[in-house]
Amino acid sequence: MSATSTSRVTLEVLYAIAAGALFGVGLVVSGMSQPEKVLGFLDVLGGAWDPSLAFVMVGAIGVAFFGFRAARSRATSASGAPIALPRQTGITPSLVLGAVLFGIGWGLVGLCPGPSFAAIGAGHLDVVFFVVALLGGAGLVDLVRHVASVNASRGEDA
Amino acid sequence: MNEAAFTPVASLIGGVLIGLSATLLVLTNGRIAGISGIAAGLISSSDRAWRASFLGGLVAAAGLASWLLDLGRAPWSSGPGVLVVSGLLVGVGTRLGNGCTSGHGVCGLSRLSFRSLVATLVFMAAGIVTVTVVRLGASP
Repeated sequence: MSATSTSRVTLEVLYAIAAGALFGVGLVVSGMSQPEKVLGFLDVLGGAWDPSLAFVMVGAIGVAFFGFRAARSRATSASGAPIALPRQTGITPSLVLGAVLFGIGWGLVGLCPGPSFAAIGAGHLDVVFFVVALLGGAGLVDLVRHVASVNASRGEDA
Repeated sequence: MNEAAFTPVASLIGGVLIGLSATLLVLTNGRIAGISGIAAGLISSSDRAWRASFLGGLVAAAGLASWLLDLGRAPWSSGPGVLVVSGLLVGVGTRLGNGCTSGHGVCGLSRLSFRSLVATLVFMAAGIVTVTVVRLGASP
């Protein structure tokens, strides 16, 4: 590994720790790290609706809108890594099916990926069950997609 | 509405911190602060260093903040079985749909992505339906 790429990885790691720490504090301060608060937000029809988490979205988007606007006009980030914004725009069946499955899992317990890591930090060690299953589920999708693409390329060869 | 639980100011401040985190990560590392994608890449990608660092920073800072704000004592009401089932659904769903609350809900909406708007509306609706069904099932 060259000296430049070593220092770039070091910078990436330091910036990532800082960004992760900001994210973690934001999750706790906002109430997102408390599953009962998330369930209270999703329970729109229950008569005791807690709309707080809408304010999380407003605060986050209000800031990040300008962050991504600044990012759009740059090709390279401060660490030297290229700025890789998503290019997909299609409304695909897998997007919709994935969002449905995610929403069901989210509504069952009140945990989505960020808050699940925050909950472990806060000492809820049983959430490790959730995170391991989450990683396993994501890995399963990657595996199925990989096998499907290998089979597809074999089909082309034949 | 539940006035006792309503925390608009704290939630707005927390949201601003999350927005700053997403801004910092894209301008310094060129990456989207989508936690499901960052975590799933620990298994499938070769660039594990920044991913593990981000998640390590998140876990440590959330622990410290919970301790300082004395939020760590809340009782947990879900058993391991429910946690595994919901974790699997969240893992499969966010990988199929390429994002979660942070990737689509925060970063995607901030980029004015129509795809992320559709994903966010769909997972919000599915979450609302699930919570409603669970509540009706628990108290018939």
